[in-house]
Amino acid sequence: MRFAFTDDQLALRDAVRDLLAAECPPEVVRASWPAPDADGQGPGAGARAETERLDTVWSHLADMGVLGLLVPEADGGMGFDEVAAAVVLAETGYTAVPLPVVEAMCVVAPATGDTAPARGHVGWGGEALAGEPVDGALTRFGSSVEADDRAFERAALGTAAQLVGLGRRMVDLTVDYVAERQQFGVPVGSFQAVKHHLADARLALEFAAPAVWRAAWSLSQGSDTAERDVSMAKAMAADAAHLVGRKALQCHGGIGYTVEYDLHLFLKRTWALERLWGDAAWHRRRVAAAIGVENVHGPAREDRGVLA
Amino acid sequence: MDLRWSDAEVVFRDDARDWLHAELATWRADHGGAEAIPSGDTRSGFAIHLDWERRLFENRWAVVSWPKAYGGREASLWEWLLFEQEYYAAGCPPRVTQNGIFLLAPSLFAFANDTQRDHILPRMAAGTDTWCQGWSEPNAGSDLASLTTRATRTDGGWVLNGQKTWTTRGAFSTHLFGLFRSDPDAERHRGLTYLLVPLDTPGVTVRGFGRLDGDEGFAEVFFEDAFLADDALPGGVTLGEPGEGWKVAMSTTSSERGLTLRSPGRFLATAERLIAAWQALPDGVRAERAALGERITEAWMRAEAYQLQTLQTVTTTVEGGSVGAESSLVKLWWSELDIELHECAMDLLGTGALFEGAWTKGLQFSLSGPIYAGTNEVQRNVVAERVLGLPRAGR
Repeated sequence: MRFAFTDDQLALRDAVRDLLAAECPPEVVRASWPAPDADGQGPGAGARAETERLDTVWSHLADMGVLGLLVPEADGGMGFDEVAAAVVLAETGYTAVPLPVVEAMCVVAPATGDTAPARGHVGWGGEALAGEPVDGALTRFGSSVEADDRAFERAALGTAAQLVGLGRRMVDLTVDYVAERQQFGVPVGSFQAVKHHLADARLALEFAAPAVWRAAWSLSQGSDTAERDVSMAKAMAADAAHLVGRKALQCHGGIGYTVEYDLHLFLKRTWALERLWGDAAWHRRRVAAAIGVENVHGPAREDRGVLA
Repeated sequence: MDLRWSDAEVVFRDDARDWLHAELATWRADHGGAEAIPSGDTRSGFAIHLDWERRLFENRWAVVSWPKAYGGREASLWEWLLFEQEYYAAGCPPRVTQNGIFLLAPSLFAFANDTQRDHILPRMAAGTDTWCQGWSEPNAGSDLASLTTRATRTDGGWVLNGQKTWTTRGAFSTHLFGLFRSDPDAERHRGLTYLLVPLDTPGVTVRGFGRLDGDEGFAEVFFEDAFLADDALPGGVTLGEPGEGWKVAMSTTSSERGLTLRSPGRFLATAERLIAAWQALPDGVRAERAALGERITEAWMRAEAYQLQTLQTVTTTVEGGSVGAESSLVKLWWSELDIELHECAMDLLGTGALFEGAWTKGLQFSLSGPIYAGTNEVQRNVVAERVLGLPRAGR
């Protein structure tokens, strides 16, 4: 029994962390939002001439081998397993990388063997393969049930890992802010009401994260409980990140409710990922079926939230 | 990451499972059957539960992680975890010796002299001596450092004056471990001494009183010029140096909040019982109450997540790392989970809950979880200040 990452996994994580810290700061995340209109108004105050940098992030991830991380070494990939994938994807969540990295790593690359799929060939969720047909075979998620089931589990797991990363980022942002922001002559982070919000946020992440790492292990081993474990991970990570988002927004006060401050970038990524690859309710129903809490019926495949 | 048990661990687990199932059935039969055995927190039930503790001890299952010389098996932390899991999965009763073996013993291993250890530990493990915790006072609860019960140094011992309260199973215990103010001029956590007190010391009076669930599980302990001789226990009655009591006591709090007192196996077992109760409902009722099914699933996931977080913590520990203020997160998690598990059961039983015993009792007990071992408000402050690094300030 050893519930911890290997040195190799940690080294990979650190390399990706360093890359993203340098290449994907919040101003690059903003580039994924529409440009302001003629009056300077825009839904995300985005696109400040950083779109090229967004493409650079994708090519860096491809060059580093991250997008082909799950492709066997013999086929030109890195040959890592789902545990490494989850560790890396948590970093892409922490930085809210506004690119379909999960879809590229978990769906497209393993299905096509293309370890560096072109940015334009990878979409989100069920649109994962909606770009140019690769090898003329797979065009969209859902066309090949057997291959897609594994891809679905991996993508749900990867999304859960991203949500853990997003949650951690929002806690860090908020801790920094409330330690700085003064009201009544003291940092607002010294108030018990604020502390308790943040303690609850940290608590949810503390227990969601191991569920994600365990699901990664189960998938990597082809364990009988892999689907149950992935669903537990996605449900817990989605609920934890959602809670953290609420607490973060509240603890920031007015500044968090603007598009000029960075919090919304992480908040909105969280809201999207909560629902992609099966929302918490869908995954909880699948856990329920697996542990014998039978309801009227289990979750339907077509409801699994892949934007198919 | 390798989430498999070794062959040796599986053997250990299976041995524990077999013995616990068989002995539990025997113990219950010897005392008139499971239904006839009162709670361990009542006077009559306590004696019956001590008989259970004696059986555990005689077969080296009482304190599996302790050295063999004290009645243990030198089990690893992993094996200890497996034992706990099997213990609660089998439906074994709450440990009436827990305050000694889980809260005092870690401090004894860290601070006691050899004579104290050799005398106290085996008797504690066997249930020959039963220990209760003397920390809280009428005016010192969450603010423990404000305690005022005095220990005055005198020839050959200490003179004790003051009062402790909320002392779990104090009315049935033979000994008390507690914090006393030995330097009247020192404030807060300075000038405290950790003392080991036989409760039959003249001048010590124990009065039991009923908890919310009606059991006489609480006691208040009065000290009126009670003379505690240095040789009242072999090796002395002071644990650690006089004046160092806070440090000794704090080594116990992380055990109390962390996994030692309330290991995941307990909540996994409760979750499994809850699922069994759900499955026993008629089909139509289950269909009508799908929302309750979702809550039960959620509660199962939270119990499972506690197990996983514990595996992570134990890995850190066996690899030489340490767990500090994070134990407050653990306490928040299990205490709030315990209530949710039991509230799900109450909702599942409906009006039947009014006539049901075990779940109701469990719910009433679970409600004390966010209060004892440091209230959850205090734990949230600890998380915010010591895990997240937020500024300390007024309350």
